[in-house]
Amino acid sequence: MPKVSMTVNGQAVSVEVDGRTLLVDFLRDQLALTGTHVGCDTSQCGACVVHVNGEAAKSCTMLAAQADGCDVTTIEGLSDGDDLHPMQAAFRDNHGLQCGFCTPGMIMSAVDLLQRNPSPSEAEIRKGLEGNICRCTGYHNIVKAVAQAASAMRS
Amino acid sequence: MNDSVSGIGARVLRREDFRFIKGRGKYVDDIVLTRQTYAAIVRSPHAHATINGIDTGEAAAMPGVIRVLTAKDFEAFGGLPCGWQVHSQNGDPMVEPKHPILADGKVRHVGDPVAVVIANSRAEARDAADAVLVDYSELPAVVRMPDAISNPAALVHDEAANNICFDWALGDKTAIDEAIASAAHVTTLEFTNNRLSPNAMEPRCAIGDFDTSNGDYTLYTTSQNPHVIRLLMGAFVLSIPEHKLRVYAPDVGGGFGSKIYHYAEEAIVTVASKLIGRPVKWTSDRTEAFISDAHGRDHVTKAQLALDADGKFLALKVETMANMGAYLSTFAPCVPTYLHATLLAGQYKTPLIYANVKAVFTNTVPVDAYRGAGRPEATYLLERIIDKAAREVGLDQAEIRRRNFIQPDEFPYQTPVALVYDTGNYEATLAAALKASSYDGIAQRKAEAKARGKLRGIGLSCYIEACGIAPSAVVGSLGARAGLYEAATIRVNPTGSISVLTGSHSHGQGHETTFAQVVAEQLGQPIDNIDIVHGDTARIPFGMGTYGSRSIAVGGAAIVKAVDKIIAKGKKIAAHLMEASADDVVFENGMFKVAGTDKEVDFGSVALTAYVPHNFPFEELEPGLEETAFYDPANFTYPAGSYVCEVEVDPETGVVEICSLHASDDFGNVINPMIVEGQVHGGLVQGIGQALLEQAVYDENGQLLTASYNDYAMPRADDVPNFTVDHQVTACTHNPLGVKGCGEAGAIGSPPAVINAIVDALSEYGVEHIEMPATPRKVWRAIQAAK
Repeated sequence: MPKVSMTVNGQAVSVEVDGRTLLVDFLRDQLALTGTHVGCDTSQCGACVVHVNGEAAKSCTMLAAQADGCDVTTIEGLSDGDDLHPMQAAFRDNHGLQCGFCTPGMIMSAVDLLQRNPSPSEAEIRKGLEGNICRCTGYHNIVKAVAQAASAMRS
Repeated sequence: MNDSVSGIGARVLRREDFRFIKGRGKYVDDIVLTRQTYAAIVRSPHAHATINGIDTGEAAAMPGVIRVLTAKDFEAFGGLPCGWQVHSQNGDPMVEPKHPILADGKVRHVGDPVAVVIANSRAEARDAADAVLVDYSELPAVVRMPDAISNPAALVHDEAANNICFDWALGDKTAIDEAIASAAHVTTLEFTNNRLSPNAMEPRCAIGDFDTSNGDYTLYTTSQNPHVIRLLMGAFVLSIPEHKLRVYAPDVGGGFGSKIYHYAEEAIVTVASKLIGRPVKWTSDRTEAFISDAHGRDHVTKAQLALDADGKFLALKVETMANMGAYLSTFAPCVPTYLHATLLAGQYKTPLIYANVKAVFTNTVPVDAYRGAGRPEATYLLERIIDKAAREVGLDQAEIRRRNFIQPDEFPYQTPVALVYDTGNYEATLAAALKASSYDGIAQRKAEAKARGKLRGIGLSCYIEACGIAPSAVVGSLGARAGLYEAATIRVNPTGSISVLTGSHSHGQGHETTFAQVVAEQLGQPIDNIDIVHGDTARIPFGMGTYGSRSIAVGGAAIVKAVDKIIAKGKKIAAHLMEASADDVVFENGMFKVAGTDKEVDFGSVALTAYVPHNFPFEELEPGLEETAFYDPANFTYPAGSYVCEVEVDPETGVVEICSLHASDDFGNVINPMIVEGQVHGGLVQGIGQALLEQAVYDENGQLLTASYNDYAMPRADDVPNFTVDHQVTACTHNPLGVKGCGEAGAIGSPPAVINAIVDALSEYGVEHIEMPATPRKVWRAIQAAK
């Protein structure tokens, strides 16, 4: 079995995995980082979004081996201890989540969106989150949350 | 509205959010038990086939495989039960074929479970599942209504002649036919209410864990109602008594109805765990979800509305075929009958209503309640046919509704379809919605759009629903095989902190916040001292769970009843401490006081006294401060409202853009407006999804063509607009909080508002109706056909 080494949430990990192991399964099953979720099997829903070398990636669509040597951040690594990243705080403040299942992927995508476009319009936020499905909120408050986070992160 | 920071009416931020935004939620698939194994399910690739044989030899010999199970391993057990029995017009009970845990000799839909592989890893289980060889002989598939009845290719179940499960009716057909024959005007509408897949974002998951030391079973499952699952699976399927079976549904990632039902996989992992003596986990993937989670809607309907010369409704006649799928799911029979036909009065004084519902078996996934459950179908029918009638008789859409509204002074109102509405003010929500939508300015906006080459339209929908299900005696008389009360325990701990154990279940609704607000206000305690516990049969006395927008109206009322008992006992303890009569003690803002004096004792002191009873009225009371209440509602609740949608259609492409959607709802009293608005937003998008995007499509052979997110169009952020919402309030008259429930309204009210707006936009072409989902192709073709 191949050995993969990567940095996950700032910690170096080096584990032997079955070659077909998906990054999301590696994170959930081997590292017990269960904040990253699996909501589909066709790279559509975005519940599994993490950051690989600082960019959003659907971890259900990558092999763990493809992340060898990479720097991976999951929802658990977005903020320290009980602190909140401005995006996490904005989701809470704007009731941008209900069941919470899509939320980690949605937050990781939204953080990536603001990295690429720090001042998105509402339409750009909606377009930017097109790869993440939420069935609960109707997106209304998610869009508000991302706008608030953008404002907070610019100031 | 209360302006306190954490009581009733306050926009309290959700207490459950922290764990979710930090990635610390605990969903069933996040749970890993010692020596856990994994189940993979072999499912039928055919819609209808006989099973000649199953060869498990190769699979059983593969690496990591522990056991392969087939129907013969489940011979000792019952089938999956149906929780509601409907009778046909002729008095016969519905045809209720056995729904085996694993297909026994015959498969009846694509996805029907046939065999189960248990292995040490998920990957090994899946590999071996692929190696299970099933020898099928395909049979003709029954897919489309009405062919299933009138020209059946086969029988889904031999005992169901013409594939009819039941043929049910409500109302006087002769009177209706006479009224229609003599009416000044009759509007007719034939349509399909499109089949949907619920698509909670968390796929279903179940872990069976049999404890070999004491014979206890634990089932971890993605359920909206763990006690109901314990009852159904324990009593009817596996014969495990309640005290030996714990069902635990921790964080659950959305339900929308699809996680009410008892599914085969729950029984499979429970049985398998005992057989192998290790925990067994099954996690659905998304395609499995599409072919095994109960679907929703799927009605084919013909409706006729008779009107007099003034546009007053005289009679409504409805004939519906409702798809049950291949087997009867837990609550399937009540959806098109008692949750659909009984809502056909809507907000209107239609004196005569008749509905005939034929429930039909087909070789498709079972169909059951999905957000709204029968009420969206009723609302769509009514609001579409009224829209069409208004166009035919030349009345304004608001005016025709106003002429027929039940008036505020006419409550309680007995409808001709069994329900008694307790309260409402339909003109108030309509007026608010019209004002917020600038209804009067639509002509100008249409002209402005036309100058840009676009077609603009506006659509109304005035919905009502019956929530807070339900009075047990009433539903029992209608065929329910369960009571529909709710239970709650208030446990005041010795230091004054409070555990609220509720039989309601939160899978996104925010009970940990809303219920705590209620208790904080009523006991005058800080919200941080209050914990809401739900989802675990081992901790909560009993519960019927969350569906039908019942949590606050029924679960909340049970909590209030238990709080009242706490206060009553607290008064007696306080009276003893203050050497007063309990009759003179009042409870205000967390203090027990002797009325008219300055004597008082705080809640915490009473709690401590209850558990450290050195000075205690033992002759009258037992120590401790914990009370349980069951609340059985006196009636349904009747949330209602008006939605106005405005769209723009591009006639060149058929693309529909929603420009605005305003929701004016009357949910009675509102505990947390932020959460209520969020429920409305989510419902609106599910309704827009039904109206514009979503449909579960089967081909002629019963293959589900929309079994992934590549093919089933889920609403995305850029498909929908921002919304505006407001609340009008008529308090429910028969529950202690005056609440009605808000979980389903958005999904009920919005589909006809969207379609009516599209029809309005296309009206200049003479388009009278367009079927859901109104995809660009359908809209474009409707325009071309009308040209």
